[in-house]
Amino acid sequence: MAALDGDSDEDLVSYGTGLELLEEGERPKKPIPLQDQTVRDEKGRYKRFHGAFSGGFSAGYFNTVGSKEGWTPSSFVSSRQNRADKSVFGPEDFMDEEDLSEFGIAPKAIVTTDDFASKTKDRIREKARQLAAATAPIPGATLLDDFITPAKLSVGFELLRKMGWKEGQGIGPRVKRRPRRQKPDPGVKIYGCALPPGGSEGSEDEDDDYLPENVTFAPKDVTPVDFTPKDNVHGLAYKGLDPHQALFGTSGEHVNLFSGGPEGANNLLGDVGVNKGRKLGISGQAFGVGALEEEDDDIYATETLSKYDTILKDEEPGDGLYGWTAPRQYKNQKESEKELRYVGKILDGFSLASKPLSSKKIYPPPELPRDYRPVHYFRPLVAATSENSHLLQVLSESAGKPTHDPGTHSRHQLNASKRGELLGETPIQGAPTSVLEFLSEKDKERLKEMKQATDLKAAQLKARSLAQNASSSRPQPSSPDVGHCSWHVALSGGTAPVRASNFKPFAKEPEKQKRYEEFLVNVKRGQKDALECCLDPTMTEWERRRERDEFAQAALLYVSSHSTLSSRFTHAKMEDDSDQVEVPRDQENDVSDKQSAVKMKLFGKLTRDTFEWHPDKLLCKRFNVPDPYPSSTLVGLPRVKRDKYSVFNFLTVPETASSPATLASSEKVPQHQGPDKSRKPSRWDTSKQEKKDDSISEFLSLARSKVGPPKQESSPLVNKEEEHTVESVSDKVNKGVDSQTEGEGSRPSMDLFKAIFASSSDEKSSSSEDEQGDSEDDQEGTREADVKGSQETDLVETLSVAQASEPAPQEPAPFFPIQKIQIDEREEFGPQLPPVFCANARQKLEAPLKEKHKKNKEKHKTKKEHRRKKEKKKKHRKHKHKGKQKNKKSEKSSSSESTDSSDSQSDEEGAADVSPQELLRRLKRLPLRRQ
Amino acid sequence: MEDNNKVTPKRGFPGQKASVQATLRWQGREGGAMAFPEPKPRGPELPQKRLKTLDCGQRAVRAVRFNVDGNYCLTCGSDKTLKLWSPLRGTLLRTYSGHGYEKVNTVQFNEEATVILSGSIDSTIRCWDCRSRRPEPIQKLDEAKDGISSVKVSDHEVLAGSVDGRVRRYDLRMGHLFSDYVGSPITCTCFSRDGQCTLVSSLDSTLRLLDKDTGELLGEYMGHKNQEYKLDCCLSERDTHVVSCSEDGKVFFWDLVEGALALALPVGPGVVQSLAYHPTEPCLLTAMGGSIQCWREETYKAEDGTG
Repeated sequence: MAALDGDSDEDLVSYGTGLELLEEGERPKKPIPLQDQTVRDEKGRYKRFHGAFSGGFSAGYFNTVGSKEGWTPSSFVSSRQNRADKSVFGPEDFMDEEDLSEFGIAPKAIVTTDDFASKTKDRIREKARQLAAATAPIPGATLLDDFITPAKLSVGFELLRKMGWKEGQGIGPRVKRRPRRQKPDPGVKIYGCALPPGGSEGSEDEDDDYLPENVTFAPKDVTPVDFTPKDNVHGLAYKGLDPHQALFGTSGEHVNLFSGGPEGANNLLGDVGVNKGRKLGISGQAFGVGALEEEDDDIYATETLSKYDTILKDEEPGDGLYGWTAPRQYKNQKESEKELRYVGKILDGFSLASKPLSSKKIYPPPELPRDYRPVHYFRPLVAATSENSHLLQVLSESAGKPTHDPGTHSRHQLNASKRGELLGETPIQGAPTSVLEFLSEKDKERLKEMKQATDLKAAQLKARSLAQNASSSRPQPSSPDVGHCSWHVALSGGTAPVRASNFKPFAKEPEKQKRYEEFLVNVKRGQKDALECCLDPTMTEWERRRERDEFAQAALLYVSSHSTLSSRFTHAKMEDDSDQVEVPRDQENDVSDKQSAVKMKLFGKLTRDTFEWHPDKLLCKRFNVPDPYPSSTLVGLPRVKRDKYSVFNFLTVPETASSPATLASSEKVPQHQGPDKSRKPSRWDTSKQEKKDDSISEFLSLARSKVGPPKQESSPLVNKEEEHTVESVSDKVNKGVDSQTEGEGSRPSMDLFKAIFASSSDEKSSSSEDEQGDSEDDQEGTREADVKGSQETDLVETLSVAQASEPAPQEPAPFFPIQKIQIDEREEFGPQLPPVFCANARQKLEAPLKEKHKKNKEKHKTKKEHRRKKEKKKKHRKHKHKGKQKNKKSEKSSSSESTDSSDSQSDEEGAADVSPQELLRRLKRLPLRRQ
Repeated sequence: MEDNNKVTPKRGFPGQKASVQATLRWQGREGGAMAFPEPKPRGPELPQKRLKTLDCGQRAVRAVRFNVDGNYCLTCGSDKTLKLWSPLRGTLLRTYSGHGYEKVNTVQFNEEATVILSGSIDSTIRCWDCRSRRPEPIQKLDEAKDGISSVKVSDHEVLAGSVDGRVRRYDLRMGHLFSDYVGSPITCTCFSRDGQCTLVSSLDSTLRLLDKDTGELLGEYMGHKNQEYKLDCCLSERDTHVVSCSEDGKVFFWDLVEGALALALPVGPGVVQSLAYHPTEPCLLTAMGGSIQCWREETYKAEDGTG
C-alpha cells in the first residue's frame, strides 16, 4: 500500500511501513528469535509453518521428527489389543486437521471432483465475458453473468460433444441439405432489417449448388417450446431481460433492435460502425440507452410490422420451432428413413447402409440314414463250442452286426484257458501243473460236486448275458426270433411280476419312460416284437439299438433286483433337480445276510457295519474329546457324488451285493436252483451238506473278511500275522480281479476257504488231534487253492497270481511292516515241527511252497496249543463258576494273560472260531468286571 | 392326542396320551461321577410332594430329562420342539425347533449338559449346543433310515436305536460309526454301567445284550411281551439284572449272566410303558397309564412311613 506522506515530503513517495520512532533512551528492540515467533490458528492454538505454507506434513518438534521430550512417545500404548482393529494406516492418519478442511489437500466436504467437472469451459462465453469485462459500460456487470451462467459445462454437454455435437447445432441425425437460412456466426451480428429474400437467399442457393452431395449438415438447433402459462401482466412476447441478448447478444435470434425503421441503406452502412464500436452491455426492451451509449437516436423505436411475416410460406424461415411437433411434411422422406438408424458420428469413408442386412440362415443338421452306425464293429471270432453255439447262431444271423459284451468277448478280457478254448486247443495233459493232481479221491469228489454246482450257475449266467447280448446285437429285424426269445426267457424266467409303476429308470425322459412302459406292457402280454414296436421310429438305428439295449437291461434288472432296490430306498432327502446326488461313500449293505445272521443269533461282525464318521468339531469340543480327524472339514459320513439316473448305477447293485449276499441266500438257493435265473450264480455255492456243517464258521470267516484293517488292529484277539499274510495275498488277488473285470465284484479273502474247509477240525479241538489237525489244515490249505483253480475259469489268472505270491517267501511284501517279519522270525524258534509233514511228497516238488507251509503249520501248531490252554482255563473256570466273587481276580489275570499271549503268540481264536462256548465264556466274564 | 402309542415300523412311535406326563425318567446324578462330596449325609427320601407342574404346551410329552445338577430340564413331544425349562421356577428358557415335521421321541443331555441330543421320528438325531444361542443344531446325524426311538449318551459316545432295526453307536473319540443290525425295530437301547455292553430291546419281545466293541451277542432275554409299544429297558444298579417293561402289565427281571427270568413284578393291568432304575440303589420307577410307581427292595424301610 502506498502511503502518502502529505505533510513533510510532498514530492516523495515512500513504500512500506515506516519504523516507529524510537523514544529517547530507549533501546532498540531485539528481533524475536525464530523459535519464539508464533503463529496461531483460528482457535488460538500455536501453529507452525512447515514445508510449504500449509501443505506440508507436520514434522514434529521444530521440523524434526522427534518431540520435545525426545524420540520416545510420552506414554506407551500397547497395540496388542487393537491390533486387529487398525492394521493399515492411511495418509489421513498422519494429516493435520487443516489438511482435511475445505481448502486443505484432502477436503472432507463433498465437492465435485475433477472426474465429473467439465474440463473445458465454454470458450465462447469465456471470451464474451472477457470482452464484456474489458469494455463494460457498467463496471461489474459481468458479476451478473457469474450468477447466471454456470462456470462449467455439465456432463451432458460433455457427452454430446464427445458424440460429435457442436455448439449451436441441433441434436439428431445430420441432414443432407443445408438449412435454408444459415445461422449467423456467433461473433457476427447482423443488424438492420432482415435481408431481402431475393438477394440473400440467392446467394445461399448458390452455395447449395456447389456443395457436393455427400456433405451433410447438422440439424438446426431447436429451442424447446415453453409451455409455461402466462401469468403476468406483461404484454405478449415480452421478454424482460434476456441475458443472452442483453449481455452479449450472441443468440441466434435475428434481433434488430435498432433498425426497426424501413430505411435500410444507412443501416447497412451503419452496420460496420455498430459492429465496431458497439459496446456490449445490458440491453433490452426494458432498458433504455445507457449514459455512455453513443447512439441514442433510435432507441425508442416502436415495433414495426415489417418485422413480422406477412406471407404464409411453406417453411418457417430460420427458426426451428416446428421441431417439437415434428410434422411430417417438414421432413424429407430420406431423413425419415435415416432417422431410424444409427444416430451419431459416422466414421470417414462409411455411410449408412441403404439396405438392411439379410439375416443368417441356419440349416438343420443332415439327417442320418436309418441304419447308420457311427462305429464300425468287427465281427468277433467265435469257435463253435457247446457253450456258445447259441451265440454263434445269433451272430451269423445278425450278419456281422456288432456284439457288445466286452466282459465276455473282448480279447483282453479272456484268460489263457478261454483263449485256448476259443482256438479249439485241447487242454494240456502233460506234467501235473496243477495242485489238483495231488488231491485224494475223496477230495476230488467234493471238488467235482462243487464244480458242477458252479458250472450250472455259470451256465445260467452265460445264458443271461447271452440274452442281453442277443437283444443288443441284433439291430435289424431280420432275425427277430432268437433275440426276443432270449430276453423273453429271461424276463419270464424271473418270478417277479412286471410292475412298471414302481421302477422308473428313465424318469428323466418322460418320452423314453413311456416307451419303456409300453415295452413292459408288451412283454407282459407276451408279444414277440415288444421291443420293436415300442421304439420311436424317427430315431436313427444307432439310437434305437442303444435304447433297445437299455430297455432289455432295465427290464432284466428290474425283475432281478426289485427286492434289492426297494429295500435300498427310503424317501428322498435331496431334491430331484440336480443330475448328481451325494450318497454316502459306504452304505450299510444289504440286510438279507444280516437277517439270516440274526436268525442264527450270530451277532458280531456279521451284523456290524463300521464306517468312518466325522463328528463336528464343536461337538467334539463340547464332549471334551479330541477331534479324531483334525485335518478334515468333513462332517458326518464321507460322501461321494454319483449320477442319479444312470442305469449303470443300478447295474452295479446286484454285483457288489452278491458276494456277501450269496452266503446268506445260499441256504435257500440249492433247493430251487434250476428255475431261479434272476439270482446271480456264485462260485461260493457248494453242496448242501457242507453248508450245514460249516455254516457257522462260514459266517464267521466271512465276517472276518469283512472287518476293516483298523478294526483288526484294535482287537487284540485277532491274529495279526495271519491277517497280514492273508491280506497281502488277497490284496494281490483283488488287484488282479479288479484289473480283470468288474463283474467279479469283491472277492472274499482266502480264509473264507480256510474256514470252510478247516473249521470242522477247529471245532473239535482236543489235544489228541493236534498233529492230525495240522496235516489236515495244510492239506486243506492247498486244497482250497485247487478248489479255486478249478472253480471258475475266470479266476484262473487271478489264482495264478495268488499262487505265485504264495510260494515265494523272498518276495518282500510291502504289506509287512518290519516288526511283523521279526515276529515271524521269532516264531521259528517255537515248538518243533512234527515229522509227519515232512513225509509229504509235495515238499520235494516246490521248495518255497514247503517253506510257506512250514510256517503255516507252525502257526497252526501254536494256535492249537494256545487253544488247548484256553480249553483248560475254561474248564477251570467252570469249576469255579459258583463263586463269582472269588474268581474275579483270576478272571482278570486270565484276561490279561490272554491278551498277553495274543500279543506274543499267534492267536487265532478271536475271529476265526468264536464258538458258542467262547461267547458264553465272555459273557460270564462280563458282569464280574465291575463288582 | 388320539393316537395310541403303538409302534408302526415305518413311521415310528406315535404320541402318548396327552394327559399323561408319561415318560418321566431319571437322569439323576451318577453316584461316583460327582467330584465333590455330598454336603451332608441325609436319609434316603423319595420325591412325593408335587412341587410344580409345568404346562409344556407340547401336547403329548415323550421324554423329560434333568441335566447333571438338576437345575434344568428338557421336554420333548409332539410339537416337534424341545423345550428347556427351569423346573424349580417353572420358566421356559429356550425352545429348540428344528425337527422339521416330525415329533421328537427322545431327548438327552450329555454328561456335562453342554449338548442336547434329540432323536425324532424324522430319523435324525440333532445335537444342540447349550453354550450358544445358535438356533440350528451343531450336527445332524441322519444315518438312520427310520425314526429314532432311543438315544443314550456316554462321555464320548452316542448310542441310538432306530425303528429301522439298527443300533448305531457314534464314537466321537475314534471317529467311527458302528451300526449293529438287530432286525426288529428297536424300542430302547442303553449302555451297561461298566460301559462294555449295550442292552437293546426290540419289537420281537427280545432283549439282547451286545458286546459294545465287537457287536457280539452276549445274552438274550425273553419272556416278556413287547410287540407294539415303545417300552423301556434298563440294567439294575450293579449290572446284575436286566429289567424291562412289558405289555402284560409286569416288569421283568432277568439274571444278566444266566439269562433266566428272576422276577416278574406285576405292576397293574395296563402296559408298563417306562421305567428307570436308580443309579446306586435298588429303586425302580415305573410308569403305567397316568401313574408312576416307585419300588424298593423288600428289606427297605421308608423313613417316613410310606414307600
